[in-house]
Formats: sequence, structure tokens, C-alpha cells
Amino acid sequence: MTQTSISSAAALAEMLAATGYLADEGLATIGYLALSMERPLLLEGEPGTGKTSLAEALAEGFKLPLIRLQCYEGIDATQALYDWDFTAQILHLRSVEASGGAGMSVAELESSLYDKRFLLARPILKALQESPAVLLIDEIDRADDEFEAFLLEVLSTYQVSIPEFGTVKADTAPIVVLTSNRTRDLHDALKRRCLYHWIDHPGLAREVEIVRTRLPEVPALLAEQVVRVVQQIRATDEVLKPPGVAETLDWARALHQLGRAELDLASAAASIGALCKYREDTERVSAALSRMLG
Amino acid sequence: MPPAGQSTPAGQKPEQHSAEEILLAFASAVRAAGVKVTADRARSFVDAVGRLALERRSDVFWAGRATMCASPEDLPAYQRAFESWFAAEHSAAQRLESSATSVTAAALDNDDGGGEGGREQLRALASRRERLRHRDVAVLDDSERALLHRMFEELPVRLPTRQTRRRHLDRHGDVDRVRTLRDQLRRGGEPGPLRRARAPRKPRRLVWLIDVSGSMAPYAESLLRLAHRVVEAAPRQVEVFTLGTRLTRVTAALRVPDADAALALAGRTVPDWSGGTRLGEVLRAFNDRWGQRVMVRGAVVVIASDGWERGDPALLGRQAERLHHLARRIIWSNPHRGKAGYQPLQQGIRAVLPHVDYFIGGHSMQSFEELLDVVAHA
Repeated sequence: MTQTSISSAAALAEMLAATGYLADEGLATIGYLALSMERPLLLEGEPGTGKTSLAEALAEGFKLPLIRLQCYEGIDATQALYDWDFTAQILHLRSVEASGGAGMSVAELESSLYDKRFLLARPILKALQESPAVLLIDEIDRADDEFEAFLLEVLSTYQVSIPEFGTVKADTAPIVVLTSNRTRDLHDALKRRCLYHWIDHPGLAREVEIVRTRLPEVPALLAEQVVRVVQQIRATDEVLKPPGVAETLDWARALHQLGRAELDLASAAASIGALCKYREDTERVSAALSRMLG
Repeated sequence: MPPAGQSTPAGQKPEQHSAEEILLAFASAVRAAGVKVTADRARSFVDAVGRLALERRSDVFWAGRATMCASPEDLPAYQRAFESWFAAEHSAAQRLESSATSVTAAALDNDDGGGEGGREQLRALASRRERLRHRDVAVLDDSERALLHRMFEELPVRLPTRQTRRRHLDRHGDVDRVRTLRDQLRRGGEPGPLRRARAPRKPRRLVWLIDVSGSMAPYAESLLRLAHRVVEAAPRQVEVFTLGTRLTRVTAALRVPDADAALALAGRTVPDWSGGTRLGEVLRAFNDRWGQRVMVRGAVVVIASDGWERGDPALLGRQAERLHHLARRIIWSNPHRGKAGYQPLQQGIRAVLPHVDYFIGGHSMQSFEELLDVVAHA
């Protein structure tokens, strides 16, 4: 029995709900499978559908550390895995020199340079060392092919070997969540290693439930109105970036901060920046709002 | 690594199919629906189902979706396959019967092989594919053609590249003296790690001109499928045109991910299938319209045609020369070139030969592979 075992998909959904993350049946089932098969979870979907927050909820639910690796173009193993702290090593050498050698042989001195304290553990190594942990590899589609290949290697064995140091192996496999915004297609080998889930925007009832759970202070009427408007905006194909759940929450929060108990045109116009992140969208949505609420 | 203590749902009576068989047959049905389900994915699926309580249909649905789908495009096909397969009125045996036809060569058609049982069929399939590679595509029957079309999806595509001028940090590049020294100065002269840099290579543009006139009819579809495969590999770098009585740009049609759908769309786009051809005039239209733009300059141009020219060969020669002055390389792929005893006698071919960098075949899978290889190194 490890800390990450769970008896069923329903139990997992319950645990996530306790942290304020409402997973639907499909996501709960797949999350349960990922834990049970010790396979990474690959989540794709529109921005703001809760891919990253699932990893956060898992970490909170299992009371594990969350280790996040944000991918970007050109990321490589030294930023993701480990690096040697070169400056500290040089300082160490200098201080040994200054103290007159301290009676160390050359071999001793060299091996002292590759001590654990000079090893900069980057997220993946850290996750292996601190496992059980939740490792979130965010926006993997931004990294390049070489990095994917390297990642595949780590995710297949959950161990890395560092030439000067030895092999680091996770005692228990960390819970790995990869997210992708589909700016490019991932390599098939990596996809085959993972369990795949496409997260859609939630339906009306579920989204209202999410707003009520995450922002209990927001009045029910306002929550429902906000969600209804957001759902309508999503349904029309006119906006550059459809608002995600994150935007819904931001907007509901903003309206609540403004002290509104109901959605009206003036407050909607004042707080539209929480919902739309493009000027063109702001204009379109403002026009649509005046139609909906006018 | 497979998890220990793998439990598969038991249900093995002599006259009944085991649950595993049914699940694997469902995986084949999903594959037949157009989702790329490899053998290891199918195994993951069986493993995943074994970990769930099997009372509910939805468990099988989610287990299959997580293990067999790889992108949102797969989801509708998966959904359809699931609904038709697990419809209540079919018995398991019936479903196995109906799937037996689709679990043929196609089911075993993947690189990482099935279990012991599939080995014989795999061998047979491998040799069949090998024979098929050398056959002229013009003389294949329908089933062979279908298998060949699937083989297109596995063709390795590499684009030709060009050297860029700016150097960027790159761990595999040459030592960058300036950056290394700057780093050293920053540390007060203490020597440190070497900084390396290199100028990356960028893919060159690739332009395919495919002759779809009457004499090329047996090859046009295969060539378009080949072009589709290349477009799929690098959608932003590849342009495809068909040459007939007129010039048609079919790039957009070929960007559709599914090969059959793309071909159908291209077919509707091209108005002059199997008509006559005036290569010289169409090539002139191409040069006038696209030649002066950024599309051809520095690109690798592949012309797939047998060179049957009804018009004036001298015009064709002049236009080929114009194109040659713009493009980086011109590769002429002629389906008759690869056959025994071929002599370039047509006037059209003789007119263009001086302006072509590579003159190669293009009538079988093997010659397509060679063509792609020449393209990659052009």
C-alpha cells in the first residue's frame, strides 16, 4: 500500500472534489487507471479547461509535493534533469587551495567535487528523489523532439543515471501529468506510453457547480448568469480565444469584488478584461453582451 | 514494464470467447474505424479494462479512449466504433465473426507485432509487402492497392534543408570562442565550460508538380498519396500542384489528415483528370504565376510526369530552364524511367533533360522511397 493507491474511480473523484476539483466520470476513470497502471497521464484540451489544476488537485488530495516543469522551446536535460553547480565547485577548489590542500589526495579532491551538495536537482530529478510526488510537465508541446525522446526514456524506467554520481531511481513511481495545448503533434512513442484524455469545456450545470465550489462567496444567481454568458460566448465561433473555466472564475470573482449580486451591462463592461484577453474579443463580446443583457 | 499480477477478466468457457479475445477484437474494430491502434496500445487497453469493475459499459469506453486514442481527431471515430460494437443486440460471438474479416493482414500490420499466434501471419504479410514494394502500381488489383496505400503512411519523409547564417547556442555545435571568453571574463578569468554554437539548418520549401493527364492516370493517385504523406510530414513547407490541361493548386486539399478524405477532396478540386496535357503551357502558367514569388526560389521542385507532350517541346524546354534558374534543384520522376529497356525518346523528355538535376523513376513503392531519399538530400 503506497500513499497513492486508491480503490476506485469514484473514490478518486471524491478525493478530488474534496480539494475543489470536480472531475467528470471519464477523467476520474482515466485518472484511476493512470494511478493503477503507473502510467503518465497526457491531458490535452483548450487552455483553461483544468489540465494543470488537475495535477495540483492530485498533489493536494494525496498530500504529496507538486513538482512542476514548465516546458519551453529549447529546453534540454540540464534544465529538466540536473546540472552541476560549476561556480560552487570552483569556490570549493579555491578554498581547498587556500587551506593548503587539507591533506586530500587528488582523487579524493575530485570525488569531493561531485558531492551531492554540488548537484542542482532540476524538476525531474527532484521528483524521482522525492517520490512519491506529483510531477507536472506543463505544455510539453512547446519542447522539441529531442526533449521528448529524453522524457520518454525517463518515463519508461523512472530512473536516471548521472555519470559522476550514480543512478537515481524512484522508490515508487511518481504520479506524472503531462499537459499539451496541441501547438504541435507529440511523438507517437510518447503518446503510447501515456494514457490520453481530451478535456472538453464543462457543460452548464457542471460549470455552475465548479464556480459554486471554488467561489462559495459568490451568490448563486450571479454564478449562474456568469456561466450562462460564458457558455454562450463559447458556443459562438467568433472569439479568438474561447474563455476557459479559469476565465469564468476570474470574471465571477471580479464581479463579486465589484459588489454585484447580479450581472448587468455596466458591471459586465467594467470587468470584461477578466474574461477576454484580446482587444478584438473584447469588442465582440461587449457587443454580444449588450444583445444578451440589453 | 508490465505491472505485476495482471488480472484479466475471467470468462473462459470452452464454447465462449474469452473476454480478452472480445476486447482485442474491439481494438481491431477501432483500428478499422481509422484510429491507429498498435499492438501495444491494444494490450494496454486489455490491461486497463482488467483494472476496472466491468459492470458498466462506460468503464470499457473510458479505458479504450485513454489507451487507444491519441488526439481529438481520433475521438469521433472511436465513439462510432464503440457504439456499433457494444450495441446491445449483438452477441459477442457475432461480433467476433464480423470482426474476423477485418482482423486480417491489417490487424497484424504494425511494427511491434502481436503475440505468438500472429507470428506466421506476420511473416506472410511481411513477404507480401516486400513483393509489393517492387511491383508497378499501375498493374495492382484492389486489395493490393489498399495495402499499398497503407504502406504510404509509413514512408519516412525528410525535407531538404538549408544552412542558416545566424549561430545559436547549441550543445552539439562547435566551440564558440567569443561566448566562451565572455563567460570567462565574467568569472574574473577563471576557465569554465566551453560554450558551443551552431547555425541551425532550416527545411527548404518543396514543390510537387504532378501530371494528371490521361497517360499518367495509373500513377496519379499513388503520386498524390505520396504527396499527401509529404504534406502531412511538413504541412507548411510543401506545395502541391496538378498539371493537366490547366494548373491546379491542391495543397489545401492534401492538408486534410485522413489520406482518403484528402484524395477525395483533391479529386473534386482538380477539374481535368485524365485529360490531355500541354506540359509546356501549364509550366509557363506556373512560372508566370508562382515562379516570381517566394514559393519556388531556393525550393526543391519535384515534377512527376511521363513527359508526353502534345504541344511544342521547345516551349517545354524553355519553361523548364526558367524554372531551373529559380529553383534549387529540379527532380524529374518518370514512371517509365525505372522499367527495363527505357530510353528517353519522347521529345518532351529530351527537351527538359538538360535542365533537370535528377532524372529518376516513380512506378513502385521502392522507387517512391528512392524519390523521397533524393528529395531529402537535394
